Amino acid sequence: MTDNIPHPGSIAVKANHLYKAFGRRPHEIVKKLKAGKSRAETSALGVAAVIDASFEVKKGEIFVVMGLSGSGKSTLIRMLNGLWEATSGTVTVGGTDITGVSAKELRDIRRKSISMVFQHFALLPHRTVIDNVAYGLEIQGMGREQRLAKAQTIIDLVGLAGWADNLPSELSGGMQQRVGLGRALAADTDVLLMDEAFSALDPLIRREMQEQLIELQAALGKTIIFITHDLNEAMFLGDRIAVMRDGRIVQIGTPEEILTDPANDYVAQFVQDVDRARVLTAASVMEPVRSVITKTAGPRAALRTMRDLQTSVTFVLNRDRSFAGIVRDRDVLKMVKAGETDLRSIIRDDANAVLPETALVDLVEPSVESELPIAVVDEKNRLLGVIPRVTLLAAIGNVTTNTGPLPVVMPPATISISQITDILGDTADDALLNAEGARA
Amino acid sequence: MTDFRLPLGSLIESFVDYITDTFGFLFGFIRALFDGAYESVEFLLGAPPFWAIMLVLGVLAFGIRGWKFAVGTVVGLLVILGVDQWENAMDTLALVLVASVLAIVISVPVGILAAKSTLASNIIRPVLDFMQTMPAFVYLIPALILFRVGVVPGIVATIIFAMAPGVRLTELGIRSVDQEVVEAGQAFGASPWRILRQIQLPLATPTIMAGVNQVIMLSLSMVVISGMVGAGGLGAQVVASLNRIDIALGFEAGLAVVILAIFLDRITASLGSTDSTGFFGGLRHTLRARRATDAMASTAEPARAPQPVGEPARA
Repeated sequence: MTDNIPHPGSIAVKANHLYKAFGRRPHEIVKKLKAGKSRAETSALGVAAVIDASFEVKKGEIFVVMGLSGSGKSTLIRMLNGLWEATSGTVTVGGTDITGVSAKELRDIRRKSISMVFQHFALLPHRTVIDNVAYGLEIQGMGREQRLAKAQTIIDLVGLAGWADNLPSELSGGMQQRVGLGRALAADTDVLLMDEAFSALDPLIRREMQEQLIELQAALGKTIIFITHDLNEAMFLGDRIAVMRDGRIVQIGTPEEILTDPANDYVAQFVQDVDRARVLTAASVMEPVRSVITKTAGPRAALRTMRDLQTSVTFVLNRDRSFAGIVRDRDVLKMVKAGETDLRSIIRDDANAVLPETALVDLVEPSVESELPIAVVDEKNRLLGVIPRVTLLAAIGNVTTNTGPLPVVMPPATISISQITDILGDTADDALLNAEGARA
Repeated sequence: MTDFRLPLGSLIESFVDYITDTFGFLFGFIRALFDGAYESVEFLLGAPPFWAIMLVLGVLAFGIRGWKFAVGTVVGLLVILGVDQWENAMDTLALVLVASVLAIVISVPVGILAAKSTLASNIIRPVLDFMQTMPAFVYLIPALILFRVGVVPGIVATIIFAMAPGVRLTELGIRSVDQEVVEAGQAFGASPWRILRQIQLPLATPTIMAGVNQVIMLSLSMVVISGMVGAGGLGAQVVASLNRIDIALGFEAGLAVVILAIFLDRITASLGSTDSTGFFGGLRHTLRARRATDAMASTAEPARAPQPVGEPARA
């Protein structure tokens, strides 16, 4: 996902040491916090909602802020478009500092640069869908004909064609949030803030909306800052995730970083329940391939390799090192016994090859259907690694928490070593074997 | 007991004397203004023959609530005519309309102010408490001095007595508009005035209309009392029947007030709701549905937007 960022390195939104405190004397609270006092110590003066939040959101990125209720995430997002003024610190949107500007300038920035989607949709109930979608454009001062035409395009885009003239109350929750999303998209700002946008929807609709959001983001290249309390949602949507606790950001990282390398016990405990199969990718769990031969090596070499590594299968590569398939010990044994020399007839091309960014959840089905290990290959079909069934189960079940490599568990040999050695000895001597190796 | 007495009453009295002397011209102006307004409305209601007024009110009732209410209205008005209170009823109706309109014109902006500013709200609230609970007769005394006998002190006392719920319900309505929707307006860069006009007022309308309804009902109860200062109409009849202990006249005039009250209450209550009851509501509903189908037909033709990426969820 991070590869799709149009201008890598350019920053869309930047928060710099943001503080927000509520109470009679918010500045005093912030002063004490800066002096090193804890949140609990200042609680007599008021509530410190956000404490020293700093982050940068890259253009075209989906940046997720995740935390439980009361962690300050909603306060944080409202400071990013100036709905709430930061007690201390600065916010930069598209290079413009929005802290400390006049109300008029702030309205101007909101119109042009940053729009928002709300948890409970916040549609205007007395206006039709199309007028709601066109609301941002209306405020921008666009003429009626023009803005309705544009709103209609957006309505089709978010999948609400035919509902333009209905009132929001005539729509289901999921559809209402499509209107909310459409309203934000129609305003055509670079940055989209989404405050628990899918939390009020039921799970099936939520998943559908998440997928749609990712498609839209890929198509339109918007920068999205998404607030959620649902870790699975954060992991699914986020290019990067900021985990918040008690007003502070405790970790910022990619979903995999958060999952495999949690910054502290809180994050670790939090990610315990995450659906690992959806976050971890093939690349993060695959193991190095050891049992591998080239296609032209011949059955005897294959059998030797398998005997030495005590496995029942070996991976076969083409001449250009691309993945050709898998051979199994029993088939090779038969071939050696019959005196044949061409491996090609027994290469099983039903072996599954997946790309490194495939989520583990998509590996479960192939693993069930075939006992063969799954090959991980790159776009040029070069073999990068292998995922045996056991490795997949261990990764999903989070069996090992240490950082050491898992023992390689390939399908164990099904034929005894002595039997293989016997056959190899019966049919050829080592000289012949060497010659065969040289031909390859 | 001590001899000390708080001279509050005499203070107010000298204050009223003072403003009567100093601002006499101002009160003369207000008097002329209110009098003019009342006279015109009274002329509108009193000059045409009774059947014309009955027809207009009947059509209004049909348009807003439906035929049952229209029939009820006409029957009620016939009863008023039958007990020979038609002219008095029209005088009272004119008084209520003028006083209510003025009370609403004053109370809604004050309510908006109270909703926007907590300071204003804190100042306005005790004033409203005072206005609402001070016995209504008491207003009549200074009003009588300032505006002299006639219809105007009645109107002024009615406005003061009746405007409180208008202010309170306007404030309540605006304050209870979903904060997220207001935030949505702000988040898209709308100005406070635009948010008030396009979000807060429309969403607060049902509550504000409940306030308007209350203003009208209180006006009606107050105009009877203003009969005591010579405001005429049904109020004068009730006062006269009280003086003469005339049960028959008292009942007839009272019944006429009740009929007017029910008519005004049902009409204003319907204006507050957004459902499509009555002929006007149905008409509005039909028009909107027709516009929807027209729009659908016209948007089916032009160049299609980028491929929709999801089917609408089934409700």
